[in-house]
Amino acid sequence: MTDTIKTQFPLLQQKQNGKPLVYLDSGATTQRPQAVLDAVKHFYEQDNANPHRGAYELGERATAAYEGARAQVASFLNAQKEEVIFTRNATESLNLLAYSWGLHNLKAGDKVVVSILEHHSNLIPWQQVCHAVGAELIFLYTGQDGVIPDEEIEKKITKGVKLVACTHVSNVLGLVSPVEKIAARAHEVGAVMVLDCAQSAPHLKLDVQKLNVDFLAFSGHKLYAPLGIGVLWGRRELLEAMPPFLTGGDMIDSVREQDATWAPLPQKFEAGTQNAGGAVGLAAAIRWIQSIGYETIEKRENDVYRYLWDELAKMPHITLYGTPEGQHCGAVAFNVEGVHPHDVSTILDADAVCVRAGHHCAQPLLTHLGLRACCRASIAVYNTREDVDALANSLQKVRKWLGYGT
Amino acid sequence: MELEQIYTQIITENSRSKEHKYAVKDATQVVEGVNPSCGDEISLQLRVKDGMIEDAAFLGDGCAISQASANIMIDLIKGKSVKEAEHLSNLFLGMIKGEVTDDGQLDELEDAQAFKDISHMPARVKCAVLGWHTLQDAVTKAEKATS
Repeated sequence: MTDTIKTQFPLLQQKQNGKPLVYLDSGATTQRPQAVLDAVKHFYEQDNANPHRGAYELGERATAAYEGARAQVASFLNAQKEEVIFTRNATESLNLLAYSWGLHNLKAGDKVVVSILEHHSNLIPWQQVCHAVGAELIFLYTGQDGVIPDEEIEKKITKGVKLVACTHVSNVLGLVSPVEKIAARAHEVGAVMVLDCAQSAPHLKLDVQKLNVDFLAFSGHKLYAPLGIGVLWGRRELLEAMPPFLTGGDMIDSVREQDATWAPLPQKFEAGTQNAGGAVGLAAAIRWIQSIGYETIEKRENDVYRYLWDELAKMPHITLYGTPEGQHCGAVAFNVEGVHPHDVSTILDADAVCVRAGHHCAQPLLTHLGLRACCRASIAVYNTREDVDALANSLQKVRKWLGYGT
Repeated sequence: MELEQIYTQIITENSRSKEHKYAVKDATQVVEGVNPSCGDEISLQLRVKDGMIEDAAFLGDGCAISQASANIMIDLIKGKSVKEAEHLSNLFLGMIKGEVTDDGQLDELEDAQAFKDISHMPARVKCAVLGWHTLQDAVTKAEKATS
């Protein structure tokens, strides 16, 4: 059966070892639709120059393409253009925050709260800033089901907490975090709320007017856009009060021998030549997503997600992590009894089924759940029930390769 | 690369063997090895006396490739001199990198030759070499301790 969404992704049309490619690693990076590839090609073929520099028509077109992309992202987030900072990816956005906001606002004795679900990119920057200034890093723990209980939010986010950084969706368990409760509590105690949307942006509509957070970060490459473009959104007054993260070209107002003043937002945070081609690709990806609509995306993905969970839950020798309860996006984590996840991934690969194996850049979470490593199948809008069937069929062979009877 | 070439009987049997999985009594060297891509850790333990490896074993969990490779390695080095262990580890890593291809030379590696083709699977090379890199650390420490 041809799927009208999947057919828009050239990479997904290929075969590996004569078998159709089954890509179930979109939590790591998505594939790109033709519309995005075309937009990037068009930029480099027709509009490429250094944005904000050339006082000639081509340079102005490059600037218009780059700033047009920013406007597209701003409208996507229901934000103002000046509050949208382009970065390389969510990791860079979060490092920008930690180094710029964190180093200048946190001091010895302050508290920073993160959840145990964090990807290393929303953990290590805060951990290191806490080391640097002598602040305390506190964790919101989940139960074995991966859910953060309400009491934990009440107990840990208290007076003295200056910043709360939390993932919107777990990159391992696919669970949507109780952002409303966490953000409300953070603001109640006067803390700044940071939301890592790397795993939610492809699946859930993000509206900064409704999310009640102060900063959010996401990566383009998990959102059908090219590698190397990401976004940091922040409230204007917070961004304006922050010092620059990287310094250099295009982020200045004026420079003298011994000091310099900074350009207004967003340029203050965009030092050096920016990835305009990536930004153009991100804008095209957003238009492509909007042409499908989040309602359709959620409906399709929920169907495939449920089917994936149920099919794996039926299989003997498979352990699923997290809980089928609640709202999920993208990822399902599992292990095959007696077989290391890396071996599972190698064996599935022989059937052209791509899943991730390892600690998924969330080592503290895996340790908390008593695991060293696990497999992760993660879906995007182009995945179908047929992909799940291919995974389930291939999984049935895994234990036999390792010498088990069944 | 075909799965038949990786999950051979030698590798699946060695991956499940418990023969060399224990804490070495009065160990002189205990060295941790980590594969950062999957977080697998092994603890290699040696008891070296007068330049000879009297006992060797390892602890830890990992994939079939890393476990089988470590098990076969212990089989090879137990009872040998530290110098010989160093030589074998260089030979194994040379084989993996494709620098040593002569079958006559590689015969010394016995069952460890089963990993010869792992270089065709770059994602799994780190698994195959985990134990051997850890052995190189242990050998360096053993040599320092006696010099």
